[in-house]
Amino acid sequence: MWSVWHFLFAPGVFRDPFMLSTWEGASIVAVLAGMIGFFVILRGTAFASHALPKGGFAGAAAAALLGINTLWGLTVFSVSGALAIGWLGRRGRHDVVIALILVFLLGSGALFLNLSDMYAPEIYSLLFGEILGITPAEVRDTAIIGLVSIIILLLVYRPLLYVSVLPESAQARGLSVRRMEMVFLFLVGLTSAVTVPIVGALLTFSLMVAPAAAASYLAKRPGMAMILSVVISLASVWLSILLSFDTGWPVGFFVASLSAFAYFLARFATARRRAIFPKAHRQPAEM
Amino acid sequence: MLNSLWHTLFAPGFFSSSAVWRALSMSAAVAVVSGMVGVFAVVRGQSFAGHALGDFGTTGASGAFLAGLNAVWGFLGVGLIAGAIMDTLGKRAKERDIATGVVLSLILGIGALFLYFDTTYRNTTGAPMTILFGSVFLVDPSLLPFVLCFDGLAVLLLFIIYRPLLFSSLNVDLARAKGVPARLISILFMSALAMAVEQSAIVVGALLSTALLIGPAAIAIRFTHRPGKAMLVASMIGIFSSWMGILLAYDSYNWPPVNRGWPVSFFIASIILLLYILSHLRLRMGTRRGKKVLQEG
Repeated sequence: MWSVWHFLFAPGVFRDPFMLSTWEGASIVAVLAGMIGFFVILRGTAFASHALPKGGFAGAAAAALLGINTLWGLTVFSVSGALAIGWLGRRGRHDVVIALILVFLLGSGALFLNLSDMYAPEIYSLLFGEILGITPAEVRDTAIIGLVSIIILLLVYRPLLYVSVLPESAQARGLSVRRMEMVFLFLVGLTSAVTVPIVGALLTFSLMVAPAAAASYLAKRPGMAMILSVVISLASVWLSILLSFDTGWPVGFFVASLSAFAYFLARFATARRRAIFPKAHRQPAEM
Repeated sequence: MLNSLWHTLFAPGFFSSSAVWRALSMSAAVAVVSGMVGVFAVVRGQSFAGHALGDFGTTGASGAFLAGLNAVWGFLGVGLIAGAIMDTLGKRAKERDIATGVVLSLILGIGALFLYFDTTYRNTTGAPMTILFGSVFLVDPSLLPFVLCFDGLAVLLLFIIYRPLLFSSLNVDLARAKGVPARLISILFMSALAMAVEQSAIVVGALLSTALLIGPAAIAIRFTHRPGKAMLVASMIGIFSSWMGILLAYDSYNWPPVNRGWPVSFFIASIILLLYILSHLRLRMGTRRGKKVLQEG
């Protein structure tokens, strides 16, 4: 019995002090990304949720160059990247603007890296995540800013939902579609900034897209979809930490595969249901 | 006097360095192919897919390295397979963004695993950085025949499907009603896009492959509505920005704070973003004079 237990949960996975920070930090990230992810899927902004964590990387390189806290660099770059996308996106195609802002941020990142002598493993951990090295101070920072983001998100939940689902009707009721979009992009930028230093750009992106995408096929109501998204996100992160602890393989791989697996499962399960009951046909946008 | 101005613009040795000539000619080839394919990628709203294909290069290269294959096959294999999956999953416009996102996240996750194996068992660390940020000065000459071959193939494929592709890009429902096999065209275009993007990711890195694919095409579309002309203009803009970038990167070897040159990716990406913003301003002045804007670009 014990051997099975030890096989599943390697010794120390819950007790080591550094693992405690990992569990806490990763859980905060999973909840935050799962909640934001609901709106990412609803509004079809997966590209922005890929670009902002990755572009924020330039901020980390700039912070290394100036010798300041990585979190500040990331916040400045992700949030200003988000606002630039919102501002330029008014007069052009969104995806084009996101692509150009992203390459500009990455280009600046390449410049800062070139000037600053950052080590390759550090860059690797910012991009792909090094979840087993989270410090309590990082967890505290993430918890504070993460809580602020969640409060903002809950405050704008109803108007943002309205604007995302029925933009014309919301506009007629006096809600500013553009302002809500700016608020939303700001939230994605802020979330990226706090999650990238502890889990890396890839993991942030995976958690902002795949769990919510899976939930959008399963849930019928918006609130339910958001809760389900958080649940899937938490489940894939927890399972990934265990697997990563056991195998030593990168946690980003497990999170990306598990959450993508949840998406495929949800999608094909509902596709079959749809084929049997054509009346139950429902598009994810109409949640 | 004139001589010193000349030397400020073109740092000594610019025209005599073979690395510079190779960079100029390779980036021109990449800019032309990216500009041509890019016009369709932008019109069809596939910028995200175009960028994702560039990022797949990291996974492809690290996978090929792990298996001991030529990097070209890794790039192309992952690009074509993942491109086909993205295209199949994202049939409806609403689903496309999400499907691209999930596939990109999955492929990047697999790439993280390959990189981990590469660093653990084969002891390399620099590879992902080179692929992600790239540099036109570091082209491996032995890859050039492959690159040119797949470049040619991508352009050929684009010309074969040109008319039905144009039709179904502008109005897919009408095209389908007229008997255009829109699904097939879509997947063929995705293959052409994959070939074009993967080969440019090999030559200039994922970052610049996205910049040259999307930027010049998006600017060109703002100035002309004829697709053939847009492709030509996009190629010219691409060549101009990459040559300017190479020149500035070459000049920057003596720039502060450290004498080792600024990365060429930074210059090209900045030039393209700047041109894009300028094209917005010009267009706004144009609309104020009453010119009718037919197409959002």
